[in-house]
Amino acid sequence: MFDVFSNFSSGIIPMEAYLLLSLVMFFAGIYGFISRKSLLMILISIELILNAADINFVVFNRYLYAGHMEGFFFALFTIAVSACETAVAIAIVINIYRNLHNVNVDSLHELHEPESEQ
Amino acid sequence: MNFLSIFVLIPFLMMVALLFAKNRNQINFIAASGSILLLIFTGLVTYLFVTERAAGNVAEMLFRADTVWYAPFNIHYSVGIDGISIAMLLLTSIIVFTGVFASWRIDPLPKEFFLWFCLLSIGVYGFFISIDLFTMFMYYEIALIPMYLLIGIWGTGKKEYAAMKLTLMLMGGSALLMVGILGIYYFSGAQSMNILDIAQKHIPLSAQYFLFPLTFMGFGVLGALFPFHTWSPDGHASAPTAVSMLHAGVLMKLGGYGAFRVAMYLMPEAAHEMAWIFLILTGISVVYGAFSAVVQTDLKYINAYSSVSHCGLVLFAILMQNETAMTGAIMQMLSHGLMTALFFALIGMIYGRTHTRLITEMGGLMKILPFLGVSYVIAGLASLGLPGLSGFVAEMTIFVGSFQEVDTFHRALTISAAASIVITAVYILRVVGKILYGKVQNPHHEDLSDATWWERISVVTLIIAIVALGSLPLWISNLIHESLTPVVNNLMR
Amino acid sequence: MQYTLLILILPLLSFVILGLVDSKWKAQVAGTLGTAILVTVTLLSYYTAWEYFSTANITGSYQRIIAFETEWVRFTDYLHINLGILLDPISVMMLVVISTVSLMVHIYSLGYMHGEKGFERYYAFLSLFTFSMLGLVVATNIFQMYIFWELVGASSYLLIGFYYTKPEAVAASKKAFIVTRFADLGFLIGILVLSYYTKTFDFGILTSGNASVFASTTGVTYMGISVMSWAMGLIFVGGAGKSAMFPLHIWLPDAMEGPTPVSALIHAATMVVAGVYLVARLFPVYYVYSPEVLHGVAYLGAITSLFAAIIACVQTDIKRVLAFSTISQIGFMMVGLGVSGMGGHHGLGYMASMFHLTTHAMFKALLFLGAGSIIHAVHSNEMSLMGGLRKHMPITHISFLIACLAIAGIPPFSGFFSKDEILAATFEFSPYLGAAMSFIAGLTAFYMFRLYYGIFWGVEHKHAHTPHESPLAMALPLIFLATVTVFAGFIPFGEFVTNDGAPYEIELNMLVAGISVGVALVFILLATILYRKESKIPTQLATTFAGLHAAASHRFYIDEVYLFITKKIVFNLVSTPIAWFDRHVIDATMDGFASITQRISVLIKGLQSGDVQNYAYIILMGALVIAGLVIYF
Repeated sequence: MFDVFSNFSSGIIPMEAYLLLSLVMFFAGIYGFISRKSLLMILISIELILNAADINFVVFNRYLYAGHMEGFFFALFTIAVSACETAVAIAIVINIYRNLHNVNVDSLHELHEPESEQ
Repeated sequence: MNFLSIFVLIPFLMMVALLFAKNRNQINFIAASGSILLLIFTGLVTYLFVTERAAGNVAEMLFRADTVWYAPFNIHYSVGIDGISIAMLLLTSIIVFTGVFASWRIDPLPKEFFLWFCLLSIGVYGFFISIDLFTMFMYYEIALIPMYLLIGIWGTGKKEYAAMKLTLMLMGGSALLMVGILGIYYFSGAQSMNILDIAQKHIPLSAQYFLFPLTFMGFGVLGALFPFHTWSPDGHASAPTAVSMLHAGVLMKLGGYGAFRVAMYLMPEAAHEMAWIFLILTGISVVYGAFSAVVQTDLKYINAYSSVSHCGLVLFAILMQNETAMTGAIMQMLSHGLMTALFFALIGMIYGRTHTRLITEMGGLMKILPFLGVSYVIAGLASLGLPGLSGFVAEMTIFVGSFQEVDTFHRALTISAAASIVITAVYILRVVGKILYGKVQNPHHEDLSDATWWERISVVTLIIAIVALGSLPLWISNLIHESLTPVVNNLMR
Repeated sequence: MQYTLLILILPLLSFVILGLVDSKWKAQVAGTLGTAILVTVTLLSYYTAWEYFSTANITGSYQRIIAFETEWVRFTDYLHINLGILLDPISVMMLVVISTVSLMVHIYSLGYMHGEKGFERYYAFLSLFTFSMLGLVVATNIFQMYIFWELVGASSYLLIGFYYTKPEAVAASKKAFIVTRFADLGFLIGILVLSYYTKTFDFGILTSGNASVFASTTGVTYMGISVMSWAMGLIFVGGAGKSAMFPLHIWLPDAMEGPTPVSALIHAATMVVAGVYLVARLFPVYYVYSPEVLHGVAYLGAITSLFAAIIACVQTDIKRVLAFSTISQIGFMMVGLGVSGMGGHHGLGYMASMFHLTTHAMFKALLFLGAGSIIHAVHSNEMSLMGGLRKHMPITHISFLIACLAIAGIPPFSGFFSKDEILAATFEFSPYLGAAMSFIAGLTAFYMFRLYYGIFWGVEHKHAHTPHESPLAMALPLIFLATVTVFAGFIPFGEFVTNDGAPYEIELNMLVAGISVGVALVFILLATILYRKESKIPTQLATTFAGLHAAASHRFYIDEVYLFITKKIVFNLVSTPIAWFDRHVIDATMDGFASITQRISVLIKGLQSGDVQNYAYIILMGALVIAGLVIYF
């Protein structure tokens, strides 16, 4: 796995380096998504995950299917979709903030069945 | 689409018209004119049917129409009627008509009430005209669902509980039914879900042995088969007047009709072998329902248990598997439908005035509400089987028919079922004596007013129907009788 | 003789009209309409009787005539209910009896019920009853009889409960209906059994004497008893219920809560003899195929007769006394049928029973109408509040006395002839039974004269206003019925009614007649000594036989037994547990399914926390575990 570094000498950044980056980003995103309580942080984590995927698309396209363009376009699509998604999400977050005066996920239990229900 | 589908179309158009209705008068006008139209149309269809038969058309089902609906699964929309469907359609039209008038002042949300009411009618009419298992099942489900809302919103007492219980139990029944129907389709090997086509095929015995109980029980739940009857007391007690009428009057008949048309007709061998199990259950229903009714204090509970007893008699007679008893079963469906609707209508009207249904809190109402009182006595006499009113003919046909089965088992059951007529007399007279006769219990009841014109229309129509069926039973029993022949032939096969 | 159909249609029409107009007409108009219709019906019945008895006897015996018949409902190819009109000697006789008594009651009620609330309703119910009773007697088949049998029961229920605000009347009507309903269940099952084996409901076929009809019953037994005995016995249970035979008699005394004219019509003259009529109608079947049931009928009749006569001796309510006397007299009729043979002199019992039915209808109606007249005057049923009324109510007094003499069996009043024939037939059957019946006849004389003296003689009771004779509308029927009672005994009854249709000449058996008249006179004398003047002897006797007296006053506690059965057993031990079982076992099981489902859902709902992060964590872990599994296995 660590032969990634040996390829630096050739002057080309090896594919594995990109993949390593996206891997770190992806898991950082997942970790953030699971552990953070703030909606904004969760949103940012989701962005990280998406961006990791984007990087993968581009990298695979560039290294494995040079000359094809599908990967690039897919990355562009994802960016567009994630922009929309972020816009909607931010709108929801703002609404939540207006109602609850915080953006903590734990305080969102309006629709939850009350515990005492038999 | 042939003209039979108009039965479904009229309630549908009523629903559309109701959407645009603005006030109570318009709503009532739409509901009343629609139901009158249905009544007239049923009369017309009956007339056409009778003339067609008189002209020598001996086909099993008349006015058939068949439209492919979903070819891959051989699902067709197919309709057709025989004498039994005619009887049921007449019953439905009368009950829908009187139900509309009984809910003339329904409150709150009259528009929504009638919307659901019409949807319910679509289901019921559709069920009786379909001869395709799938169409039948679909209409069956259409008839069940509105019930939940009708009871849950417009009911009284523990209405949410009752609505939930009724819907869940009936849904449970229809789950069994679904399996049964698919099983019948699969094992019969027919390339169609049409009942008449399947009847030509032979379902393997081993399959029949598990499909028959499923189907019979599935329909039996709706027909208040012991021990699946307990939705009936709670459901009927909580339902609004017109819904009780339609439910006990017509919907419970879906059970008997279905058990007869699907379970008995398509699986005669299993019916023959397994009838004894269900005969015992229905025998219990008959006696048990009657005894339970004796000690109830809520008018609607009394009538609900009485329905368990009377509907038990329907399934009982169907299981006797001879022509006479089956004729009796269909007539009992008609008779019970009419008189139980009359009962529920009257109970609703009395409750609307006294605001109680407990017999211990009422008394001497005959003096204050003579019209309702006399009608209640007539309903009671019909229920305990007075000759000249509908109950007598139906019960006697059942007993005479059942008695033709020679062995001790059938005889003993017939005699114990016949004994229920004595118990019926006990609980009916107890109620009549308690609430109508005697001294006025509650001084506030002194200044109650008697029935209004719309209530009178509803009650008088039902009484006329009961008297007509009871005093001139021959034509309707002939109508039913001739349609039974294919079923009985199938059973004898 | 198609016009006989009118005899049925007119009262029905009257019922429908009066029932529908309710209280929209003036009371008198309704009463007059009802009565007018009944006059027509009565005239038609008389005409029918005249025409029948003058033309039907062609071959030396009276023929059965089916005047009208139509199919009403069809059960199987051979079992179908027809509605029709059958004319034969007994049905024609009953037509005359019923329409006469009914007409008298209609007229009488114009006075008696004057000013009552619900006058139209009363006449509507009377018409309904008359219709049903007439339909019963002209029935061409056993199921038609059952139909009208139920209808008379219902009209009796409605009429007993006429004063529906009175709790006793309501309870009595309920009791009457349920007890007879219970008996009718026997009737129904009997019909089912009989019709299953004979394949017919029709009286004509059943009583034709054609043995092939009963071929399938030979050798068929159930629990050691032949199937015909079962059938006929069960059918008799129905008759016993309507005719108040022991132990199904309990409803009749209570039925006296109804208006008195109703008691006269239904509970004395017509409906209560329906059981007798039923046995008479099926007599050939009873006689040939189940003679042991017929003998049972005789003994049951005798027991009932004795039992009711004893109770009648101590009752103080005049209508109750008359009610028990009715039960006792119906017992006589049953005995007459039970001991009878077939045809000619052997058929004496049958003829006598029918004769007694006719004369009894007249004088018992007279007694009841007289009692009504007395009640109208003193406003009470209690004998203790009466006494010395003979001066105030001469017409009532004389007619009552005539009826008492008739029922006691003193010649030349009608009761003597009919009862004497029954006794003669009974002596031929069994001297012991004959002796017992003579004794009961004596008891009858005793309690009737106890009643008579208690009402019309003895100490005059103080009343708020002096009792007065009843109005003409009430007096007229009394006079008419008294006249009939005086002369009816001379009708050559055997010329008309016998069980084989051939006329039979009655001859008085002087020995039997002498004995019965002697016994009656002795008992009348006894009653005269005890009750004519105020006397201490009755009280002393009551204390000496305290146990018997108390038991008889309480009608031998039969009502208590019934109450125990209905209240304690049916209500508390059957219905209540069943209702409890339904709610707490069956329904609880259904609710149990629901709550088990809910419990399970509560248990597993923690998984469905709604916490997306949690879901993501689980998904991740799941993915890792699956990946691990895929890689390593």
